[in-house]
Order: sequence, then C-alpha cells, then structure tokens
Amino acid sequence: MNVVVLNEVRKGFYLDSVALMRLSREVAGSPGVIEAALMMGTPSNAAIMRNAGLLEEGTAVKGNDLVIAVKAESESAAREALDNAIKSLDKPKTQGEAQSAWQPHSIAAAVKVRPEINLALISVPGEFAAAEARKALNRGLHVLMFSDNVSLEDELSLKQQARTAGLLMMGPDCGTAVIGGALLAFANKIRRGRIGIIGASGTGTQEVSCLISEAGAGISHAIGVGGRDLKKDIGGITTLMAIDAFESDPETDHVVLISKPPHPDVAKSVLERIGRSRKSYTVCFIGATEIELPPNARFSPTLRGAAELALGDKKIGAGFDAKGVASRLPRSGRGGIEGLFAGGTLCAEAQVILAAAGRKVASNAAIPGVVKLGVEPNAGRDRLIDLGDDEYTRGRPHPMIDPSVRDDALRAALRNRDLSVVLLDLVLGYGAHADPAEHLTKIVADRGQDAPALIASVVGTEQDPQGRSAQVRKLEQAGILVAPSNAQACELAVAIVQNAGR
Amino acid sequence: MTDQDRPQYQQLLARKVEVVNVGLEGFVKDLRDCGIDVVHVDWKPSAGGDPQMAALLAKLGV
Repeated sequence: MNVVVLNEVRKGFYLDSVALMRLSREVAGSPGVIEAALMMGTPSNAAIMRNAGLLEEGTAVKGNDLVIAVKAESESAAREALDNAIKSLDKPKTQGEAQSAWQPHSIAAAVKVRPEINLALISVPGEFAAAEARKALNRGLHVLMFSDNVSLEDELSLKQQARTAGLLMMGPDCGTAVIGGALLAFANKIRRGRIGIIGASGTGTQEVSCLISEAGAGISHAIGVGGRDLKKDIGGITTLMAIDAFESDPETDHVVLISKPPHPDVAKSVLERIGRSRKSYTVCFIGATEIELPPNARFSPTLRGAAELALGDKKIGAGFDAKGVASRLPRSGRGGIEGLFAGGTLCAEAQVILAAAGRKVASNAAIPGVVKLGVEPNAGRDRLIDLGDDEYTRGRPHPMIDPSVRDDALRAALRNRDLSVVLLDLVLGYGAHADPAEHLTKIVADRGQDAPALIASVVGTEQDPQGRSAQVRKLEQAGILVAPSNAQACELAVAIVQNAGR
Repeated sequence: MTDQDRPQYQQLLARKVEVVNVGLEGFVKDLRDCGIDVVHVDWKPSAGGDPQMAALLAKLGV
C-alpha cells in the first residue's frame, strides 16, 4: 500500500476544538482515509501531528493557522478527502447560537460595549489561555479558565494578580462552576439550596452536586478552583478566597470542599481558615486518610460520603443492594476489574474504594498508595484509567464532550477474558455530549455472551438536557448495570468479583 | 461592612453574572438556555499565533 499524506494550511483561520473534532471525524470517515486531523497549528498540536506522521516534510505552521492533514491509501483518496474538508470549511456558517448575535474580536471590545460583564469564560487552546485570562483580569473581570495545559508559573502569577485585584481566578482546568444560578462550562441543572461547594475537581463537584440535588436538597454556588490550587506551588490561593466568599454569603449554610489530598502546608492553612469560619464544612480529600479537622468540619474520603455528610447523614441510593445484584449474575472472566473513566475524580474515588476493599489497583492517575500505570509493573492488578488525563486529551476534546476517546479501550476490555467487570461513568449536563448512553450502547451492542459485566454510574440530574432517567433506561436496556453513584458502582464491581470467589 | 465595601470576589456570589465567552462556542447556547447574558468573542490567536509573543503582549496590556 502506497501511503500518501497531504496537508492544507489555512493562514489565520480559527475554529474551536469541538468544531474541529466534528470535521476531523467527517474527513476520517472518507473512503480510503487511514487517519485525518484538523487542528490549529499551535506548537503542541504540530508536535502531535508530526509524531503521527500527518505533516508533510517541510510543512511550517503557526498557532493561528488551521491545518488539515490527511493520511490515505492513495493520492486520489487523500485529495478527495482534503477537497471535501475544504468545502466544509468554506460553507457559510448558518448554525450556532453565537452566530446570531454581535461578536466582538476581543475581551476589551466586549467590555467596552457591555460594561455589565463581570466574568470571562476562557476555553481557548492552553498556549493562549493565560494571555486571555490576563486581559480579563486587567479589565476587572473574574475568570473561569476551562483551558488546561497552562503552566504552573502562569497559574501562580494569574492567581496572584487576581488576589491583589480582589478577583476570583477559577482554574486553569476548571471544568465547572455555578455562580448564583449561572451554570458555567460543564455543569448540571441542579436544585438551588443552601449547600456551597469549593471544588478542585470538576467531575467531583458535578457528582457531589448531582447526588445532593437528586436527594432533594440544593446548591447555593459551586466555585471551581482548578486541579492544582492546593498544591504547594499555588498555596490554595483561590480556595482560601472561596472560603471567604462563602463566609459572607447569606445563601450558604454549609460548604463542601473537594480536592485530591493537598500539600500538608496548604492543608494546614486551608483547615485553619475553615476553623475560623462560622459555617460548617465537609472536607473531601479523595484518598486521604483521616485528618485532624477543626470542630466545625467533618471528613470524607469519597464523593458519595461527602454528599451524605452535607445532607446530614442521609444515605444516597439507600435501596441499592450491591451484594444482592452480584449474587444474581452469571460468572464471567478471571476476576479482573477495569475502569474507563471520563471523570478524573470518579477514577480517583474508584481507586479509594477498590483499594479499601483489598484490591490491588493500578492507574494512570494514581492516588497515593496506588501503582502508577506505565511506570511500575501492574500485572494482576485492576486498571483504573482516567481518560480525561492530558495524555488522552492533548489536541482533542475531553471525553465528556467526545466519548469516542473511550471506544478503543472499551472494545479491547470487552474482549479481555481476564476481566470480570468493566466500570464506566457517564457525565451529563450542559457542555457534555448530547447522548452519551446512545454512543456507549452502540459500542457494546455486539459484545460476546461471556464478555465482562458492564457497570455504569450516571452523573447528572433529571433536569439536565439529556435527562438522567432516560440515559439510565438506555443503558439498562443494553444490559448495562447502573448504580446510583460512582461509589456504589465500584462496590458492585467488588461484590461481583468477591461473589465469584476471586 | 456593607456589600459595597467587600472585595469584588465576595460580592460576586450576590451579583448577577454576565459572561464574555472566549473559546468554545457551544458554551454560549448553554449559558443562554440558563438565562445568562453572554457575549461571544470571535477569537483568533493573537500575535500571529506565537504563544510567547501573545503572553508578552497581554502582560504589557496590549
């Protein structure tokens, strides 16, 4: 086979990553095409395409160039696919809500015309995100930075600038926030209530807020701080400001703080600040062991536990009987569990629960005490994969937007007879895929009768655009077991392998 | 302390949020569906697509 690579570079042509993903898929589906990519020519994207053999020798690209790259079985197939991609790009835009309104070319122009704007939502490629955030802060705007791949140095300097100006810098890599009823980035349609959330984890915040909402209580605000805020380098700048913000908020009685275990120095200053608060707190440091807390705080190592404490010890999914469900299932596989997660914190919670049940666990996003995949030997261990990790998302959308990131790994897992269980999560809400259950059920439809049991949890509410119960129903009709929470999905996985005496 | 005397980040929770969206266009529809006023920036990488130059210009307030 004579493999041909063709490139087209559009100078100064920008499309966001979701639009690029749709077009990439169209081109990749053309006859005779082996691989295709449409990407902005940022340095990191250029490296990805070069490593994949998708850039022709001598092709030079810049960050404001759109690159169409096609690898095909023949020159004619490559040419046809490239021509179709160019036609799609040149089609006048007729859809898209944003197209219907006035669009300024900069934050400065937007603020000049609409001085009421008080928050910038930034989701441009990581290389440019800090520059945009700085422009927003310079104009007195709070920032939610959804973009990731931003350097620690930039994060620190932006947060210091924000603190000095009295502004809230949420992120980078802040997946969700809810400020007063405004659902920002990935967020679920949750009930309003008197529980506040400070989250260094997007999916952790979503899981806890949805469990609280579905249990009948509600959220006042959820402030995202970004996954690295409680590391030593950043020192919890945004977390400390969020605690202060909740302190003076009359709508909030109780606050849940969600993070991976912080640096001890940062934990000390955060817990000290909580200790001075007049409000009660639930502290959820996923994977941490019991820590010394002030009298107004209680600890949970899991998201479900955090939701239960915030609800005043109300049980989530009280009628769910993991052992009973497990006892009714046929045996399959040799006792292994594999988790394929879109939500990073759901993956971390799974590690906590499996490790606590005595399972040997490995993960690409290992919590303390768990073996790191690809670094240490992991034979015979359960594998829990965070598909939202940088290694899977560089140059492409997050699996919550594009669930196909999981497809290949899922197909491989379904054929793996060492596995008795495959654990999955579906994350609903604004910003997420329109119908992740439909996508998933198509992938698993032709699995063999002796394939591992599929267990899913659905992060979402009935009021979300996808509707939680409709998604659950689709999964159940496809023979997928659905648990009320991620934690209970993990407990069911453990019960299945224990029930089989493995 | 009155609300006006508090730092802006403490006032944010009590204020109506109005958003400028820079990046994924899909967020605009989601925000409008929730009744949030939003202006979408027709964004292109600045400084000819050179991230370091773009960062420098932003620091200089350009």
